[in-house]
Amino acid sequence: MAETFKPETVNHIVEATQWAAANGMALDICGHGTKRGLGKPVQADAVLDLSGLSGITLYEPEELVMSARAGTPMAEIEAALQEANQMLAFEPWSPQFLYGQTGGTIGGVLACNGSGPRRMQVGAARDHMLGFNAVGGGGEVFKSGGRVVKNVTGFDLTKLMAGAMGTLGVLTDVSFKVLPRPEKARTVLLFGAVDVSQALIKAQCSEHELSACAHLPQVLAMRSSVDFVKNAGASVTAVRIEGPAPSLAVRCAALRELLAPLGAGVDELHTVNTETLWAEIRDVQYFDATKQIWRISVAPSEGPAIAVGLADRLGGEYVLDWAGGLIWLAVDPADDAHVNSVRGALASGHATLMRATQAVRRHVPVFQPQTDALTALTARVRENYDPAGIFNPGRMV
Amino acid sequence: MKMPLPDRQILAKRAQIVGRLRALVPGEGVIADEDELRVFECDGLMAYKQLPLVVVLPETTAQVSAILKTCHALGVKIVPRGAGTGLSGGALPLADAVTLGLGKFKKILDIDYANRCAVVQPGVTNMAITNAVAGEGYYYAPDPSSRIACTIGGNVAENAGGMHCLKYGLTTNNLLGVEMVLMNGEVIRLGGKHLDAGGLDLLGAITGSEGLLGVITEVTVRILKKPATQRALLLGFDSVEAGGDCVAKIIAGGIVPGAMEMMDKMAIDAMQRFVDSGYPLDVESLLVVELDGPEAEVEYLTGRVEKIASEAGSTFLRVSQSEAEREQFWKGRMSAFPSVGRISPDYMTMDGTIPRHRLPQVLARMTEMSAKYGLRVANVFHAGDGNLHPLVLFDANKAGDLDKAEAFGADILKLCVEVGGVLSGEHGIGVEKRDLMGKMFTEVDLQQQQLLKCAFDQGGLLNPGKVYPTLHRCAEMGRLHVSGGRLPFPDIPRF
Ligand SMILES: Cc1cc2nc3c(=O)[nH]c(=O)nc-3n(C[C@H](O)[C@H](O)[C@H](O)COP(=O)(O)OP(=O)(O)OC[C@H]3O[C@@H](n4cnc5c(N)ncnc54)[C@H](O)[C@@H]3O)c2cc1C
Repeated sequence: MAETFKPETVNHIVEATQWAAANGMALDICGHGTKRGLGKPVQADAVLDLSGLSGITLYEPEELVMSARAGTPMAEIEAALQEANQMLAFEPWSPQFLYGQTGGTIGGVLACNGSGPRRMQVGAARDHMLGFNAVGGGGEVFKSGGRVVKNVTGFDLTKLMAGAMGTLGVLTDVSFKVLPRPEKARTVLLFGAVDVSQALIKAQCSEHELSACAHLPQVLAMRSSVDFVKNAGASVTAVRIEGPAPSLAVRCAALRELLAPLGAGVDELHTVNTETLWAEIRDVQYFDATKQIWRISVAPSEGPAIAVGLADRLGGEYVLDWAGGLIWLAVDPADDAHVNSVRGALASGHATLMRATQAVRRHVPVFQPQTDALTALTARVRENYDPAGIFNPGRMV
Repeated sequence: MKMPLPDRQILAKRAQIVGRLRALVPGEGVIADEDELRVFECDGLMAYKQLPLVVVLPETTAQVSAILKTCHALGVKIVPRGAGTGLSGGALPLADAVTLGLGKFKKILDIDYANRCAVVQPGVTNMAITNAVAGEGYYYAPDPSSRIACTIGGNVAENAGGMHCLKYGLTTNNLLGVEMVLMNGEVIRLGGKHLDAGGLDLLGAITGSEGLLGVITEVTVRILKKPATQRALLLGFDSVEAGGDCVAKIIAGGIVPGAMEMMDKMAIDAMQRFVDSGYPLDVESLLVVELDGPEAEVEYLTGRVEKIASEAGSTFLRVSQSEAEREQFWKGRMSAFPSVGRISPDYMTMDGTIPRHRLPQVLARMTEMSAKYGLRVANVFHAGDGNLHPLVLFDANKAGDLDKAEAFGADILKLCVEVGGVLSGEHGIGVEKRDLMGKMFTEVDLQQQQLLKCAFDQGGLLNPGKVYPTLHRCAEMGRLHVSGGRLPFPDIPRF
């Protein structure tokens, strides 16, 4: 078992980093370690556990901004937001169903560029993270970005850090945008869509400002805990709208009218059921724990055909989110995780192996391989930020 | 403003460089004649002028790649250029650099309504994208005031914003993909019609990089369906504080308007005098708040905003009753720059962002500075997101006025940083704010940013002299400064 360092100050992190750099030691950088199942397994000499660096340092609801130490538990962040009736609009997923772990820290959520169904409307973590402080690969303490939304002051390293999974630096403090919770939410359900692609596009290209748009084949719908979905007896296409009540009433009626001719019937969910359904989709709750899971991002119009094709070929199951742009594909475990079939089905976009055993992830490329020029460029970026190769080495390649 | 000293060897090789470029881009695509070069001598920051070594206007990605490869081999610098509307000198030529203009990249390549996106060449103007999709009821959301002229490539390079970015995001939030050419001539693609590029977010990192990382040759942006209804409210207050308070209360009330602009008295007067926009002249601050969405929502939110405004003490309130009136309300704000140009021979446009609640304090300090420098200042403000545009009025023909204006501007930006804000919200650093970077960032911060530059353009040939006061040698930065191989960490808790 590798030794675990639990720094309580930035200085501790600097020391640990300098030690690792000087001795060529690899650090496993983690918050609560709830997403260790994501990415390539890291062979680390020591664990750098950031959960000791915790606490909200600034929260100004009227400014729509919060800052926190990177190891602050998500639960604490969400409780504070709830109290001011605000939210992280990008809907970070909970690792509970994918990885069987509860908890998580804000640093981990941002470093993995998490997002949920609202991604298609408001963006991912990268679009909400405003700035950070970090320790670099040589023990440098540095910051980038700020606490304001509009900022073109030097390169946007914030975007680079969001999604780098700790491979470019150790985040110590983060600032991010928060938004008011919508007054109300509703979901319009279309049962048994005849042409799924057409239904998703019709809904998404309407003027009704969807905040989410997904499709569940019947076998998956039956696993929902929302009765209207579970007992649909058909596939369910779900679109979510949010806003003040008078607006919802009008949009809801319009969407029902728009979608009704495209399937076997329509219905709607109100606030509580809406929350339940979208949490299920966000957290990927429908798949058996033994399945390998792929997360595939493609042009929305291509999603349905790719999903159906892959599910047929591999005997798998799928959920479509982001109006077809995101496919969650669950397949029976295989040594190669069906990697060639999955990636072979994509003309563009990318597929990430979200869940598989360590042994599988060790030899299957978890992230979409890139062109030679891009691979070389990415390698140069990594080499510059982490010259000694100490931060989660190999996790993203 | 000190620019890097021109490389004499490059200047001496000018004829050879022009010749090499002519072999790559035929005919009028290479401009070497001094009179014709004048057109390119500055961008929107007109206080700085410099003739480029030569201008090249390629038409294809292959040409751009060949130009960069050749210049890379010859050690010749490149300054990318869109429409040259930038306000911070990002496209300012260098005497020893090739200005690479994207003006001929004017094609709209693909409009894909099913995927709600458009693929265009970088020289297409911001407005042309909206125009191309308007027929189907779509638009491209980021709307800089320069949108008729500025290019989408320049927008990506500056992460341009606009009035409607409060609700719909900046360029970076509406950008799905790019094709770009690296300094060594390699062509890469980041993103596409799908979301999240996969791998490191280089797409995010190149947005707003001011032409220092690569030349963008294709852009994919998200397009949105036009809202069913748009309505604008004019809200006047007898103090700046009351106007600021109203903004805070709207946001705190959970309302995110399509746009929320504020201006002070000097700006209001200038605009109303320039074009009749229905602005009251007896208020100290004025808000233009635009609500959009389904009719029912706009109706409901209008009521709420009216109520908040009157609680905040508004002394003037008007709701647009027609599309024509809504457009009228915007006319003044949209012509902020020419309006101010009318009341002063010259002006300098500043662009800082501050935490919104600091506005009254910042404006009060600006009034003091205005007295100190003896120069007037008019303020327009993207109030919703804290992006401040103070316009410093001066007369370039008056000895010392330009220096005073620059010092005043620098003081304003330092103040923005001091209250927790940043040097630039949307216009970029360029050469204008380059030497102020040290006010916001430490030397270590700046070095960390430049590590990215080194990965893209090791030799520092792309747009040098911009953004960073000193460009560190990449090799130097790569060296590790590690002190100890000791393992004691006396005080890190371990398990
Ligand atoms: C009247 C007026 C109003 C304005 N209003 C706004 C506003 O509301 N919001 C706002 O954000 N800005 C505004 N601006 C500033 C300016 O219009 C924007 O910064 C715009 O994005 C610049 O686009 P451009 O095509 O003119 O780029 P240029 O000025 O030509 O170049 C800007 C920078 O981008 C680089 N660049 C250009 N094209 C490329 C490319 N293809 N690849 C790589 N690098 C490239 C250049 O090297 C330079 O550093 C305004 C300017 C004016 C004059």
